[in-house]
Amino acid sequence: MLLELKGVGQSYSTSTVLRDISFALKPGEIGCLLGPSGCGKTTVLRAIAGFETITSGEIILDGERISMPGITLPPEKRRIGMMFQDYALFPHLSVIANIDFGLHGQSRDKRKARVKELLQVVGLERSGHAFPHELSGGQQQRVALARALAPCPRLLLMDEPFSNLDAELRERLSLEVRDVLKQEGVTAIVVTHDQREAFAMSDVIGVMGEGKIQQWDTAYNLYHVPANRFIADFVGQGVLLSGKMIGTNQVEIELGILDGRIPNSQELCGIYDGCAVEVLLRPDDIVHDDTSLLLAQVEHKAFRGADILYTLRLAGGGRVLSIVPSHHNHAIGEKIGIRLEVDHVVVFAASIGNSMR
Amino acid sequence: MTKKQKLLLHFSIFTATVAAITMTMVATAAEIVVYSARNEQLIKPLFDAYTKETGVSIKFVTDKEGALLQKIKAEGVNTLADVLITSDAGNLWQASNLGLLQSVQSKTLLHNIPANLRDPLGQWFGLSVRARTIVYNRNKVKRSDLSTYADLGQSKWRARLCLRTSKSVYNQSLVAMMIQEYGEPKTEKIVQSWVVNLATTPFPDDNRAMSAVAAGQCDVTIVNTYYYGALMKKVSNLPLDIFWPNQGVGESGVHVNISGAGVTRYAKNKAAAIRFIEWMSSEKAQNLFADANMEYPVNSMVQADPAVAIWGKFKKNSLNVVKAGELQAAAVKLMDRAKYQ
Amino acid sequence: MKQPPALAVSKPTKSGFAAGLPLPDGWICVITLITALTLIPVAVLVSSLFAPERDIWMHFVEYQLPQLLTNTFLLVLGVGLSVAVIGIALAWLTAVCDFPGRKQFSWALLLPLAIPAYVTAFVAIGLLDFTGPIQTFTREYWGPIKFPEIRSGGGVIAVMTLALYPYVYLVARNAFLTQGKHAIEVAQSLGFSPTIGFFRVALPMARPWIVGGVMLALMEVLADFGTVAAFNYDTFTTAMYKAWFSLFSLQAASQLASLLIMFVLIVVMAEQQTRTRVRYNQVGRHSVQNRIQLTGKRAWLATTFCSAILIFGFIVPVIQLLLWASEVVRQDLDERYFNFLAHSLMLGFLASLLVVMAALFLSYGVRHKTNWMLRMMVRIATIGYALPGAVLAVGIFIPVAWLDNKLVTAGWIHAPLLEGSLLVMLLAYLIRFLAVAHNPIDSQMHRITRSMDEAARSLGVTATQLIALVHVPMLRAGLITGAALVFVDVIKEMPITLMTRPFGWDTLAVRVFEMTSAGEWNRAALPAVALILAGLVPIFVLTKFRLK
Repeated sequence: MLLELKGVGQSYSTSTVLRDISFALKPGEIGCLLGPSGCGKTTVLRAIAGFETITSGEIILDGERISMPGITLPPEKRRIGMMFQDYALFPHLSVIANIDFGLHGQSRDKRKARVKELLQVVGLERSGHAFPHELSGGQQQRVALARALAPCPRLLLMDEPFSNLDAELRERLSLEVRDVLKQEGVTAIVVTHDQREAFAMSDVIGVMGEGKIQQWDTAYNLYHVPANRFIADFVGQGVLLSGKMIGTNQVEIELGILDGRIPNSQELCGIYDGCAVEVLLRPDDIVHDDTSLLLAQVEHKAFRGADILYTLRLAGGGRVLSIVPSHHNHAIGEKIGIRLEVDHVVVFAASIGNSMR
Repeated sequence: MTKKQKLLLHFSIFTATVAAITMTMVATAAEIVVYSARNEQLIKPLFDAYTKETGVSIKFVTDKEGALLQKIKAEGVNTLADVLITSDAGNLWQASNLGLLQSVQSKTLLHNIPANLRDPLGQWFGLSVRARTIVYNRNKVKRSDLSTYADLGQSKWRARLCLRTSKSVYNQSLVAMMIQEYGEPKTEKIVQSWVVNLATTPFPDDNRAMSAVAAGQCDVTIVNTYYYGALMKKVSNLPLDIFWPNQGVGESGVHVNISGAGVTRYAKNKAAAIRFIEWMSSEKAQNLFADANMEYPVNSMVQADPAVAIWGKFKKNSLNVVKAGELQAAAVKLMDRAKYQ
Repeated sequence: MKQPPALAVSKPTKSGFAAGLPLPDGWICVITLITALTLIPVAVLVSSLFAPERDIWMHFVEYQLPQLLTNTFLLVLGVGLSVAVIGIALAWLTAVCDFPGRKQFSWALLLPLAIPAYVTAFVAIGLLDFTGPIQTFTREYWGPIKFPEIRSGGGVIAVMTLALYPYVYLVARNAFLTQGKHAIEVAQSLGFSPTIGFFRVALPMARPWIVGGVMLALMEVLADFGTVAAFNYDTFTTAMYKAWFSLFSLQAASQLASLLIMFVLIVVMAEQQTRTRVRYNQVGRHSVQNRIQLTGKRAWLATTFCSAILIFGFIVPVIQLLLWASEVVRQDLDERYFNFLAHSLMLGFLASLLVVMAALFLSYGVRHKTNWMLRMMVRIATIGYALPGAVLAVGIFIPVAWLDNKLVTAGWIHAPLLEGSLLVMLLAYLIRFLAVAHNPIDSQMHRITRSMDEAARSLGVTATQLIALVHVPMLRAGLITGAALVFVDVIKEMPITLMTRPFGWDTLAVRVFEMTSAGEWNRAALPAVALILAGLVPIFVLTKFRLK
């Protein structure tokens, strides 16, 4: 493992910011910390960078313990690159000088070559002599990336790297940056609150909430097999419908009976039949089928180009979401046929007054 | 090393060198140290003459009286100063009051300096006389209309009087002497009547007051004679003339202040300091001291500069100038009450 | 597992040294030391409060203070408003607009900095009073004409404005250069006219800098004695001088000074309070590419306005001084002037280095947001600029002499060593002029964000390298401005120079003092001209490195 966090916590007399953060990254892997603002993800990043101290656990980089309670290796000794939300480019230095900044101590030729190489990698060959304020937001972002990569850091940390850019640019750049990172073989951690960015860039994602890592997993699993209600809520869209357990492998909801492996049935209901639960239904679990006898009324629709996201009201009053290819254009109020196509049955304990969309 | 560190290093080396030089300069023999409120251009020639004659070198600093007094006071027993020179009596009185001076027994000084121009306790000695008199515009004022300082409060001088500010120590000593002579209530009335007669806001110095008289902004003012002398020397065709007030029988005479000196209480070179002050009261030095600024010598054996003598003889106020110090605060408050700015 | 090689121990801090790096303990020591140093004279003055001077106070309260406070209030109000208006107007014209002569004006308008206010004062009075050439001439040719009285509140305000507006001009110009045109464009895009854009956007954005400049000017107004004395315009400072020099009560003077300290502190804190609520980050560099072209009447007006300020603030005083100086140059100019000049320049140079370095440390203290004690101390440390020089000088001298005496008693030295040493003189300047350097440096400091510090650290530079490679270059403009202002102020300074100078260390300002204290205004012109020449050196440096 290149990076390991073992039970990292940070707390002050008045509050606890982080609790028991543990995860590991292999060399060349791109990890992501995803979560709502204030969940502590940036603090984790800054603790890895050495800007924050930790009060429990340890952080190990390349076999070297770099942080533990009371002891913090200074940031400049860690060889960890960091990219900031505001880019933090030095306004008094040109693009070249900014990228060159971290290359001190190397020979002049080497530095020149490295800067040139990076300018090429980020596609800014022609703007080398410009000053940061003369560049567009996207260009500044690339300079920041090049600057962070220049000294060949053992690990690259990126704090909300695309949040200052518009949506289109954000998506394009996040793929571009991933390519650059993979090309350079860089191990990296991205912090973001935007799941699309997280899905696009990373190999593995940790979703954080309330100072804890709620689930450390692939994007696929976070979406389809969320570990808890928080993940189900935060990652992707979906609804919870109430249902009843039948045995340990079946659950009955308004739309019928779902079969599948339900690993947590034991812990939810023990062996009792008919215990009340809630079932997560993603929009892709509900398939539009004109031949189906099961009807639902269109309550709301959002045209998204290739498909339409319908909000449907069931006969029993429950609501579900469904993604339908966009040539199936139905009016609001119309009743359409639907069918269940659930690969992963996700069940949570019933709660009172839950209304998740 | 970064640029900044280098700078810092250079800077500290430099400071250390300078400090070392000043240190070595502190202790050398055959010299006295003078703190002087009398201007450099007036005392430097005198110091040079003394050094030439005796070989004793003189180190000095100039500053305002108040600052010099505080300096000597703060330095205490380790004061660097041997002699304090001021350009008025009030501050010498205050220095003595604060215990900064010491009494000196010197027959020469007693002989050379009239009793009313030195401290009764022998702590300080007048070295030149600064007479404060009336200067008028001879085109607009008949000499016979002038008589006393108090007379300038008469209604005939309405809007014809110019004065220097009450913050001037010479006006303060003038009023202090008037308090001594007339008592506070009467003096206050006189000062009030002056304020009523003012043609314009008081001036910061005597020169401007005289220029205003010459230009016709007002007709009469009260100034020290040496300012008059200097001005007339520079611009000889001004329609200004000098008048000696309070000369009548029973009247007190022209107000005089002094420029003087005293030996500091903790002087390191007391004997040398006394010798220096004695020398300054001697005939040859008196002319240097007084003439440099067209003042009057204190030593009655010494003739005033011919350019000064030409203004005529006059009766001086014979009260001891120590009163200028004793009553200065009362005078200042009185002038504030009279709204004399 | 390998053991970590060298681990630095650091305390957990919530936001740390605003840079995310804890402020090194050594730095806190230096900052505390500087602050403590500046607090000594303040403490000396404030200690006077324990020995009441009842008589003098009753007298002052009844006969002096009502008038003096009114005068002071009017002066502060008048000078504050007019330096703001003139400084902002000139800054806007030269930073954002274009008109004939703009380039030359942009540096020439700093020239009045080189003339001490008390010199402008005696020139103005010499020229414009009843006895001056102008009134004399008109009297002779047209008979008596009633002129407005120059020796009045209006006269003092005009003279001080001409002497002090550059403080506002300098900072406002810089603010407008970086964001002025942009602000107008933003406003126009929102449908406002450029005029409204100026008042609603550009001006509020530049506010902290402008307020900083006005505060400097007003502190100088409060501390001034020479100028108001020339006009016989009594202010609160006059009361201090009266108490000390005329009523022989340094005690009462110190008490008055303590009140002034408290007043200024309250104002400074209040201003800080309103400022910290809003975060002003200047972004970008000089961004004025296409200026607003003034044409026709407006261009003509702009040129006239700038010329008028320059003529009255600099050219006329200098010509008058040259005329006066030419009358006495034969009699007075001797080889000693080389010494006077050398001393002035050397003191200005050394003091500006020292003060700028100290101010740099202090602005790190202010940056350390979590430590409010430190921030508070820094505020108090800059108070020296608002105190009358003579009062501050004695507040500095008393503890120095005390220390000297202790050292003599202890047998470490055989005669007072500190007093009359260049070191103490420089420290005294430090106490007096810290505010002058602190203001421009501090306002630049706001431009360095925390993430810039962290970016540099994550790129492997140490704290010292960070300062050398990132901070100093980014603070350059502030450092140069601070140094130049301190330089000019030091060579103009009188009371501290008089009281703390080593034997024989006369400067040009001391020369001016010798002459003016004897009422010889014309003879003072010679050292005054030399003083102005010396003051041009830092202004030249300033324009060369700052305004290009």
